[in-house]
Amino acid sequence: MTDQTAGAATPPPSRPPPGLSVGPLAWIKHNLFNSVLSSIGTLVVGAVIVWLVWTVFDWIVLNGIWEAGPEGEESATCRQQYGYCFPFLQDMWGTILFGTYPGSERWRPAMAVLLIILMLVMSALRVNWRPHLLLAWYVAAVLAGILMFGGVLSLATIFWIVMLGAPLVRRVMPELGSGVGQEIPGNPVTDRLGLFWTVWLALAALFVAVDLLAPAVTGAGFDTGLRYVPNTQWGGLPLTLGLSLIGCGVAFPLGILLALGRRSNMPAIRVICVVYIEFIRGVPLITILFMASVLFPLFLPEGVTIDKLLRAQVGLILFAAAYLAEVVRGGLQAIPKGQYEAADSLGLTYWQKTRLIILPQALRISIPPLVNTFIGFFKDTSLVIIIGLFDLLNGGRIALTEPIWRGFYPESYTFVALIYFAFCFSLSKYSQWLEGQMNTGHSR
Amino acid sequence: MTSSPTARTATSTASDAEPVVTVQGVNKWYGEFHVLKDIDLFVDRGEKIVICGPSGSGKSTMIRCINKLEEHQEGRIIVDGVELNNDIKNIDQVRRDVGMVFQSFNLFPHLTVMDNLTLSPIWVKKTPKREAEETAMYFLERVKIPEQAHKYPGQLSGGQQQRVAIARSLCMRPKIMLFDEPTSALDPEMIKEVLDVMVELAEEGMTMLCVTHEMGFARRVANRVIFMDFGAIVEQAEPEEFFNNPKSERAKLFLSQVLGH
Repeated sequence: MTDQTAGAATPPPSRPPPGLSVGPLAWIKHNLFNSVLSSIGTLVVGAVIVWLVWTVFDWIVLNGIWEAGPEGEESATCRQQYGYCFPFLQDMWGTILFGTYPGSERWRPAMAVLLIILMLVMSALRVNWRPHLLLAWYVAAVLAGILMFGGVLSLATIFWIVMLGAPLVRRVMPELGSGVGQEIPGNPVTDRLGLFWTVWLALAALFVAVDLLAPAVTGAGFDTGLRYVPNTQWGGLPLTLGLSLIGCGVAFPLGILLALGRRSNMPAIRVICVVYIEFIRGVPLITILFMASVLFPLFLPEGVTIDKLLRAQVGLILFAAAYLAEVVRGGLQAIPKGQYEAADSLGLTYWQKTRLIILPQALRISIPPLVNTFIGFFKDTSLVIIIGLFDLLNGGRIALTEPIWRGFYPESYTFVALIYFAFCFSLSKYSQWLEGQMNTGHSR
Repeated sequence: MTSSPTARTATSTASDAEPVVTVQGVNKWYGEFHVLKDIDLFVDRGEKIVICGPSGSGKSTMIRCINKLEEHQEGRIIVDGVELNNDIKNIDQVRRDVGMVFQSFNLFPHLTVMDNLTLSPIWVKKTPKREAEETAMYFLERVKIPEQAHKYPGQLSGGQQQRVAIARSLCMRPKIMLFDEPTSALDPEMIKEVLDVMVELAEEGMTMLCVTHEMGFARRVANRVIFMDFGAIVEQAEPEEFFNNPKSERAKLFLSQVLGH
């Protein structure tokens, strides 16, 4: 800073910095060759990096094998030469990406994955952060589900899809339907629930009644023209994406509630949240998955079964929620007491204060650890192999069970690693960009 | 609790003659530590009170009890006819009527100045957005920084932030304003701009309770100066009387330390 006490009219003239103190050369001197020791370090590390990059480059690019052998023994050339075996990828990329999903139907999971990636890109932009995005996600999820399952959509399925989407549509277009049914003044039911929810509940009740009385009616359905593929045959990237996205999507709000609960003034709520978080964090994910897949069904009454994939999903959600809760709590603790007091003194209620003042700031601070947890969770989903679900990583293993491609581990796992890396690295870069975007306050 | 049901009925009959804030026999402890001792304070409508005293004397704690940022364990606090007890409705009612300005501003750093000002009117008072923004602009002009409306608090100077904080409170159209050392965190050249706003507010007849060490401000606007020490009100008098002729030894000592440099 300049000297404040000096006469204000003309500041003393500034000089440029001396010789080698700015510019790239100065940077190199300062950071890489600062002393004898640092010079040696730079050279050693540099040599290791050059060797590593060269080895990989040599293996994949210079010696990469492109020509497949004759029909039936495509791996012949690869087995004789050193180099990355591209015929393996040409032959098996579908198996790696989509696992056990029936070969002829692979365009369906491919479409579903593209749809989800498109939605992810759309969601990344802040201009799209409106209620419309939620509706778009709902539609995308329904479409992806139809693509993945195929088969016949029963009347009941269609009914519930529409019913669950209705509140979202209403949120996006509040004017829709407001002209149709004016609120009925003085009616005790509509007064309490609002006309929308009254009609919603009435329809739902009516449908459940029909469902019970005449299951044949609601069971009737429309053929999508797609072959039915049960979720036991799903695998590869769609499974990994589905498990981790639904997992994060549900676990995040749950984690926020747990974090708030842990800081609650109400002892009962606090104890429940603390016990939950500490219990889940105290056991490995594998244990939870085993409990979900093996132990849990034992407690269910005879005849009741819950889908294996769903059980794994719930297990993953319960696990992630505990970790996210602690991350969010870290953010909450960084908010100065004055923010709570200012919100209180303005008369905001607890939930208004939490939603409008505390969480926006706490979550912004928590972006780096949150993304850290999300990335970890994305990769943790590969543990579902132990309960017999074939995610992306295990798609790579299935490809290797093909007799002619036995032993091509490096090819398979580098490909899988590249896909994981693409997702995780994009997420990481995105979070850095988002942090910059959301950084409004330079002080408190 | 010593709350009585009669306090609530006073709402409708609260007249100008009655004190707008009644603090009666209030005691408060932090754990074992007795912070407020038998506080009695009656504030008339339109009265400006300056509260001073050494640090740790309980000044801030006392005014923070008036909008229940701090809870008192004994005694009664009645604000504009509404008693502060454990009834959430009463607390909400009082907080709507009482504005507060903090030493550390406590603006919401993730919201623009405009959003800081309109947040509470929109969510608490359900004011339409347009109307809330008009009110906000009116008060920003009053504190002389309308051009900063769309900046974030972090981009403003301390003095500007504190003026925004005052405007934010005023947007709720409070009946009483509490100031908790509003100039203590400011650079010397910014103190005046905040005090000017406060003087103007006082001249318009706002009921004000200010914890401050700005004795010039006290002389100029206060109807009454309250001197606190060790959690009790030691002395209260009109400013001239208090500054020229303090009665207690402790007040004399305090004044010599505050004014003697």
